[in-house]
Amino acid sequence: MSNQQKHWEKTRGLLFITLAIWFVFSIGIFLFGAEMNEVTGPFGYPWTYWFTCQGSLGAFVILIFWFANRQEKIDEEFGFSEREDE
Amino acid sequence: MKGNFIDNLPKIYGIYTGGFVGFIIIMAIAEQMGMTAKTIGIAFVAFTVFIYALIGYLSRTAQADAYYVAGRQVPTVFNGMATAADWMSGASFVAMAGGIYFKGYGYMALLVGWTGGYVLVASLLAPYLRKFGCYTVPDFIGTRYGGNLARFSAVVVLTVASFTYVTAQINATGTIASVALDIPFQYAVYVGLISILLCSMLGGMRGVTWTQVAQYIVLIIAYLLPVFWISNKMGAGFFPHFMLADEVARIGELEQQFGFVKNAAADLKTVPKGLAGITKAHSAVNATPWAFISLALAMMMGTASLPHVMMRYFTTPSVKAARKSVGWSLFFIFLLYSSAPMLATLSKLSLIDPNLPTGIIGKTFAEVEAIDWYQNWNQANLMFISDFNGNGTLELNEFFMGGKAVVLATPEIAGLPYVISGLVAAGGMAAAMSTADGLILAIANAISHDVYYKIIDPKAETAKRLLVARVLLVVIGFAGATIAAMEIQGILGSVIWAFDFAMSGLFFPLVLGVWWKRANRQGAIAGMLGGLAAGAWYLVWVRTGGSGFLGITQLTFGIFGSAVSLVLMVVVSLMTAEPDKATQKMVDDVRVPSGKSILGRSH
Repeated sequence: MSNQQKHWEKTRGLLFITLAIWFVFSIGIFLFGAEMNEVTGPFGYPWTYWFTCQGSLGAFVILIFWFANRQEKIDEEFGFSEREDE
Repeated sequence: MKGNFIDNLPKIYGIYTGGFVGFIIIMAIAEQMGMTAKTIGIAFVAFTVFIYALIGYLSRTAQADAYYVAGRQVPTVFNGMATAADWMSGASFVAMAGGIYFKGYGYMALLVGWTGGYVLVASLLAPYLRKFGCYTVPDFIGTRYGGNLARFSAVVVLTVASFTYVTAQINATGTIASVALDIPFQYAVYVGLISILLCSMLGGMRGVTWTQVAQYIVLIIAYLLPVFWISNKMGAGFFPHFMLADEVARIGELEQQFGFVKNAAADLKTVPKGLAGITKAHSAVNATPWAFISLALAMMMGTASLPHVMMRYFTTPSVKAARKSVGWSLFFIFLLYSSAPMLATLSKLSLIDPNLPTGIIGKTFAEVEAIDWYQNWNQANLMFISDFNGNGTLELNEFFMGGKAVVLATPEIAGLPYVISGLVAAGGMAAAMSTADGLILAIANAISHDVYYKIIDPKAETAKRLLVARVLLVVIGFAGATIAAMEIQGILGSVIWAFDFAMSGLFFPLVLGVWWKRANRQGAIAGMLGGLAAGAWYLVWVRTGGSGFLGITQLTFGIFGSAVSLVLMVVVSLMTAEPDKATQKMVDDVRVPSGKSILGRSH
């Protein structure tokens, strides 16, 4: 397998992990919205209510930065990161 | 000099922010000295629009890559701010808190959808499209799949989606301009349009980028300052986002106490159009999982397909910067979106809690009608009370309000000085203008670059190309304003449709263009046109009394459209020949950040 194929395989792996986390915060939590809202969540807000107005939103922000850093590491590992002069 | 400008950006925008805060303070002093509310409103809108126009003028350019992609040198964080302004429309600014106030949980699917979509943008598309080096979204489709028909189909989808969206934004600009400047809406729409064109005409993407950063600063100050101030004034907590749990619980208690009394149809007929009462619980889960998730999903996939957002990531210096920039964009968007539910909570509690001095529920009608702010907003057609049961006291079900009032009226209800209302008007204007600019530019660039230059006259010189681009900008702007002046649909409805149109036609052709090498021209064309047609058909069908299926409504028709698009694209691609070697090599090159971009720096 060529260097590029390995790079793409890892990139795809990272995509699946990223999308899985994304799925949990955008869809997973709200599958059980009514049940979970009975629980007291962070800062004392009802659980589902807090996720839909802050929690999921914040999780997406963190997820994107985490993803960007991981992808940079993958690019470096296989020598595909950009040079400054490009 | 140019390099200098980029290096000095933090300083330049720091001074700008300081200057704007100074202006707010001067206005506050002027208010104390007796300046009228109307003059303050005019001063805020006029001053900020003048600054944007000045930035637009200073950013003028005669180069293609500056006009189309701001010279690809916009730093990560600043591109994040510009994207956030590009993204947050007049609807987000003025109508979102109101939607949450009235509809609660079911509506907040939009919050999740309009932020979660950025994860898809960052992981599936933005870095790869940046590596491609395209000027516009159809530029990617046209080069990846090859052929004028594919390129043209992408232009069609882009135009349908963006045009649906832009009329809503020009409408919002007009609404705010007509209130702040006190002129009729029909004229205010054109005042708004001219302000919008001043930002984009001379400098194209470069002008729009630097005005959007300026507009973001105005709109975020205008949104957050009142939220924090009101929260502190009510004693609800100095940092509302972490401290409103008691207030949310208290609203639940009051809802129990008052109950949601259903009004008779005949009574409701007397309520002015556009106003609504509180009929849904504030923090309870009031939508089925599918209703919530399908709306969120449609908005997420729509986000990843809307060209005016995607093209912002063409302006970063590198692929790496494009990825990070998506994170910054979402961070800046998060600041406003996470505040909207807090504003809705504060606004609702201040109106309905009898224990608070501002609470009106439980007061007599004579008392409420004597309140200054009630009279003002009743006159502005945004508040209404009516004694349906004839007992003389105001009940929860007898109080009606317009969605915009949550953002526009809450500062006044809480007793904040008028200068805050002027600031909010300037913020709303900034939000609507920045989105309208991005959208008009996306359409005009797609037509000038992809249809005129790439299909009609590939030998055209730069000067001629940019002239065509500017003429189109004005023509599209005026077409949008003319339709906006007719006031066909509400602001929010048409915004949501735009997302559905975009995802129906573009989501899978874009994503599979990077992630599936086997995707070919025939498949992409079938996917774009078939998806768009299927989505549009579903919308018309449901609007004309069709029952729909799988719980897909006129707000989520993109789910049906994009499913059709995916199936068509896969089936047609597999039935026809696989892409040639050169195209496959191109896809391989797009997948790694290093190396030359596919399209030349200037093309």
